[in-house]
Amino acid sequence: MASQPGGRAQTHLACVVNGDPVDITCAGYKTLLEVLREDLGLTGTKHGCELGECGACAVLVDGEPVLSCLALAVECSGRAITTVEGLTRDGRLDPLQEAFADLGAAQCGYCTPGILLTARALLDRVERPTRDDIREALSGNLCRCTGYQQIFEAVESACGHAQPTLRRAQRGPEPVEGPRTSACGSREAPEGSEAEPSRRARAHGGGAPCAVNNAGRGDHA
Amino acid sequence: MPEGRVIGIPRRRVDGRAKVTGQTRFADDLAFPRMAYCRLLRSPHPHARIVRIDTTRAAEHPGVLLVLTGDDFPIPYGILPVSQDEHALCRDKVRFVGDPVAAVVARDELAAIEAVDLIEVEYERLRTIADPIESLEHPEPRIHEYGDEGNIHKKVSLAFGDVEQALGEADQVFEDTFFYQGNTHLPIEQHAAVGLKDPDGKLVLYSSTQTPHYVHRALAKALEMPAAHIRVVATPNGGGFGGKSDPFNHEVVVAKAALLLDRPVKISLTREEVFYCHRGRHPVLMKFRTGVKKDGTITGVHLQTLLDGGAYGSYGVASTFYTGALQTVTYHIPAYHFQGCRAFTNKPPCGPKRGHGTPQSRFGQEVQLDKIADALSLDPADLRLRIVEHPDTLTANYLRVGTIGLAECINRVTVAANWKARFRKLPRGRGLGLACSSYLSGAGLPIYWNDMPHSGVQLKLDRSGGVTAFCGATEIGQGSDDVLVGCIAEILGIDPFDIRAVTGDTDLTPVDLGSYSSRVTLMMGNAAIQAAERARDILAQAVSRKLDVPAARLVFADRRVFDAEDPARGVSFQDAVCLAETAFGTLGTTGSYTPPKSAAKFKGGGVGPSPTYSYTAAIVEVDVDETTGWVTVPRVWIAHDIGRALNPTLVRGQVEGSVYMGLGEALMEEQAFRRLPARLSSALVHKFPSLLEYKSPTSLDMPEVFTELVENPDPAGPFGAKEVGQGPLLPIMPALANAVYDAVGVRIDEVPITPDKIVKALDAAREGKPARYGPASFPTVPWPEPLQVPPPWAGGDGHATNEPPRKSRRAARTADQPETVVRT
Amino acid sequence: MMRLPEFRYCAARSIEEAAAVLAESPADTMLLAGGTDVLPNMKRRQQVPRTVVGLRGIPALGAQHNGNGLVLGAGVTLTHIVRDPNIRAHYPGLWQAAAQIATPHLRNMGTIGGNLCLDTRCTYYDQNYEWRKAIDFCLKKDGAVCWVATSSPRCLAVSSTDTAPALIALRARVRLVSANSVREVDVTDLYQNDGIQYSVRRADEILTEIALPPSDGWRSTYWKLRRRGSFDFPVLSVAGAVRLDPSGGVTDARIVLGAVASRPMEAREAASTLVGRPLSDEAIAEAAEQAFAVAKPMDNTDFTLHWRKRVSRAFVTYALRELRGDDMRDERVKTARQAMG
Repeated sequence: MASQPGGRAQTHLACVVNGDPVDITCAGYKTLLEVLREDLGLTGTKHGCELGECGACAVLVDGEPVLSCLALAVECSGRAITTVEGLTRDGRLDPLQEAFADLGAAQCGYCTPGILLTARALLDRVERPTRDDIREALSGNLCRCTGYQQIFEAVESACGHAQPTLRRAQRGPEPVEGPRTSACGSREAPEGSEAEPSRRARAHGGGAPCAVNNAGRGDHA
Repeated sequence: MPEGRVIGIPRRRVDGRAKVTGQTRFADDLAFPRMAYCRLLRSPHPHARIVRIDTTRAAEHPGVLLVLTGDDFPIPYGILPVSQDEHALCRDKVRFVGDPVAAVVARDELAAIEAVDLIEVEYERLRTIADPIESLEHPEPRIHEYGDEGNIHKKVSLAFGDVEQALGEADQVFEDTFFYQGNTHLPIEQHAAVGLKDPDGKLVLYSSTQTPHYVHRALAKALEMPAAHIRVVATPNGGGFGGKSDPFNHEVVVAKAALLLDRPVKISLTREEVFYCHRGRHPVLMKFRTGVKKDGTITGVHLQTLLDGGAYGSYGVASTFYTGALQTVTYHIPAYHFQGCRAFTNKPPCGPKRGHGTPQSRFGQEVQLDKIADALSLDPADLRLRIVEHPDTLTANYLRVGTIGLAECINRVTVAANWKARFRKLPRGRGLGLACSSYLSGAGLPIYWNDMPHSGVQLKLDRSGGVTAFCGATEIGQGSDDVLVGCIAEILGIDPFDIRAVTGDTDLTPVDLGSYSSRVTLMMGNAAIQAAERARDILAQAVSRKLDVPAARLVFADRRVFDAEDPARGVSFQDAVCLAETAFGTLGTTGSYTPPKSAAKFKGGGVGPSPTYSYTAAIVEVDVDETTGWVTVPRVWIAHDIGRALNPTLVRGQVEGSVYMGLGEALMEEQAFRRLPARLSSALVHKFPSLLEYKSPTSLDMPEVFTELVENPDPAGPFGAKEVGQGPLLPIMPALANAVYDAVGVRIDEVPITPDKIVKALDAAREGKPARYGPASFPTVPWPEPLQVPPPWAGGDGHATNEPPRKSRRAARTADQPETVVRT
Repeated sequence: MMRLPEFRYCAARSIEEAAAVLAESPADTMLLAGGTDVLPNMKRRQQVPRTVVGLRGIPALGAQHNGNGLVLGAGVTLTHIVRDPNIRAHYPGLWQAAAQIATPHLRNMGTIGGNLCLDTRCTYYDQNYEWRKAIDFCLKKDGAVCWVATSSPRCLAVSSTDTAPALIALRARVRLVSANSVREVDVTDLYQNDGIQYSVRRADEILTEIALPPSDGWRSTYWKLRRRGSFDFPVLSVAGAVRLDPSGGVTDARIVLGAVASRPMEAREAASTLVGRPLSDEAIAEAAEQAFAVAKPMDNTDFTLHWRKRVSRAFVTYALRELRGDDMRDERVKTARQAMG
């Protein structure tokens, strides 16, 4: 089966990925996983076995979760594919993404894209899934970090179960706000720009100031 | 406990957004122009001499750029200075099925796969050693030409007091043998690495490693290059659990290939290869002899362990010591004799997996305590409360223990599970089991001897108001970036998202020893606090001058620096930085952390010391079908002494993840091997190196977990925090075994606890035999003369009384840790 | 990363077209439906076909007809079966079998035809090329010895399809189409007890549809033993179907064991034991004992073979009790991790 690399049999793939039309030529032996990651640069889709035994490579094809490692790229022509990169819409994270980030549902983050897409398909099909529904829907996605519990809670939170999400201040910057900027050297804090300083903040303990002009210096305790 | 604004509050982790958008760049996500792909040819034989390698056909295969063999890698390396026994590619011998023999680099991965099959290797097969009993019986042929003797890698014997006398003083002596099967980490991310030359011609290696510093050292050695010309970048790991803590063959190979080809070279291991990298849980056979008084107090413990090390040293010497190190940290043991032995076998090397060396003997000790409680008609929770080690103690083996929240953990889980009303009172087939544990918050000693800090943090602050934190620590999913940033944000009074973390990069970040031994939160956290406090002091001095307020009265909070007595009087954090930059010039601070000196002065005392220890208690509920032995776990209660939860969301995730992994080990996970009939084949293969047949529990298999955090800040920890990544795994396996006993009255003295074993034990009980399943005996091991170390209460000073005079450290290192042990 | 070998891909638009391509060179051509069995095997180089014929684009294979019974195109996905309320109500055994296959993702991809054609499995065979090289291969592929039982003259790879036992209990038939022939066979006759030649389907034939007789008062069930709640193939399964007279007496019964041989094994004596009497505990125990004798698991899957054999009694009991009308949700939740109700 030796053949000239680059001279390998090529195939043509025309489909829609995350809403964008894609029309490419790629090696004929490739699965959707390889094309997404290697030909389209969409590395958000992961892989843990390439044999259909872990669920890390799950993407949505025409809205249904499938394993991209077992889908021939050539068989995806004409289909609509959604990867984790396509979950974010209009600069906003999907509610599932917000909940996963807030509630500890992503630890190492490697199984996360596959789980997010699988959960998205579930919520698109069932508005208010039960814990058992969620367990079953995610039973094709192995997670080695979380023990799944915070994942279940995040899915429940994203579809409006009574699970508190974090205050925005604990979430980090929102794209619409951007970091607050003020010119260096401005003499006063912007009027009313800050909340009442917290009383329970700890006071600075003093000690000798040490200016370090070169951050590269080791300074051992 | 003082409440923080960042510390102690459940928060989105700083890298949360990257992880949920798929933007976290794992090693295999990296791509570079002209990147080539590497594949390794691995040995199909468990033990064989390499007679001849012919790479001609492979080299001629279309697309192939380079073929490498052991001749290209003359210098050995290994994680421990005492076991420098690995070569990137085997030179004259292969030691297990999967040992790498040759490498092909090609323009595409398929071409490399095709070419690997064209390499012809002639082998001369050698006798295969399948388990430690065979290692003891067959000193020849030696798998390695070093080690304590024959196929024994390491033997240890440490006597802290006169155990035989202590057992003689006991009302009853319990003797039990246990077997703990090996298992593996199974991170969902398979190891990957990319080597390349940077524009200056220096080597860069991106790798899914937990220990970039050690990889850095190994590359410098194996490639004979100045470390200063090598940059190792640890990409965020898609799970590690200890499995990415060694320098690996494939890392050295792609580094060398990139240098030779002057183009980026990537390797992305298959799942099967990850099983061959292994470094997972050692299979351990163990025997406990424990003397107790009628009230359950322990008079002495004699522990023997026999570890199946696999084919290389890895962390194995440390693993051996760890099987005996932490018993005394959990319970008060006045006299203790530990004997450990690690054998070489022709299987993938074992090493550190979550709990490193301690879960095996923890299982034995906790199951034996359950038997003791049963025999003495004591409640197992009461028994443990009676023998919990005392806080601020120096143990028999000279481990300095600080705060101990174990009693509180036991109380919390017994209340939560309604233990008193339910234990031994549930209908047959249902049961509860309790077990406890302790674990290090970072190893007190580095892997190679040095007195430098274990963790360093640098801060850069500038007029933008932005803060950048640099640290060598590695994000493996546990949240180390979040700990780093959280500690700094708390002290500087800014939001964690105002800080950028740059981590795990040997060019850019100060050394941190890596994400292993649950050391990062404590060590990096303390270094981060020091760096942040120094920065705060500089800013405070500048703001103090500006506002005419004493520096000691200034508060850093809500992105402001203000007068504690008049909060309206203050400046923004950014203005504070500008004032300081104006006053003092470019701003930067450093912090570092070095653990306190160990009290143990005897040889081997380097394994076990830690700045502080975490504690855990767990109760597992089971349902056991008496006909089939099928075990169902509906609920687990767990309480963990965390000291202080820096980010409770992440802490809970670590606890529940540990419960998950513990249940996998307890019920189904096995790194098992298959030997074919000897008359037909010499094969010794991993039984099922796949994600399908290595059974990792799914979302449907996970029970409900009720987690309680016991917070009693420890002075050694950052804001009082202790570890959480490993300790909570430890009690799960014995708690489950104890629950099975409560349910159906049989002892499964072996992990994993599978239904066939339960059925066998039930059959045995019906036939009037001992109602147990487990190993019958412990083999005879040629133990060395024990090092006699009198415990602190017997007038000891941490030295052994019969140890030959220690040479100077430098001389000792030369003797104990030769840089090159194996010459092949 | 595991990579497929190179192959020629041919997207068939009709059964005739697919059959014609297949006829060109049946020995080195493979049919691809859901891909969940063929592609892993190709990645492990268990099969290295020169040509792959994609069946996805054939509308007839995705069709379903309800009439006198039920006709399913072979390309109907397992998810489709799981979501079909009609199948769930009338053929609960098929529904339970389909619902326990692999994972939701694999059921979205995998087809009923593919599950019936599933390659037999074995821990010595379902391994990467490099691993199989380390044991010098095996009888099923490239080797001379069956490592499961080295004296065995035939391959002992195990039948691991979930739907076949269920469909045999329901007396379903399949249609096999080649370029020049069409035939129908009972699902039970589709298989033979040989790990290599496990199916009578010839290399040039396409399994195109499955026909189930009217449910007609038949109660059916499927019990699956495996380590985890998902992913795993069966290491033992029991499909059962009974018809009861108004007084509760059994008028007809079928018991089929899966994953205990290279083909699904019908426990005919066990089933006939039940006929003419109510599903009493005694009758169930007798049938379970007779089915136990049929179960001959080998050491080539997860779990020990002795234990798998032993558990067959319990699983036959569960199945018959569920057919009797007992509430078996507790046992289901424990063994399947789901109520399956």
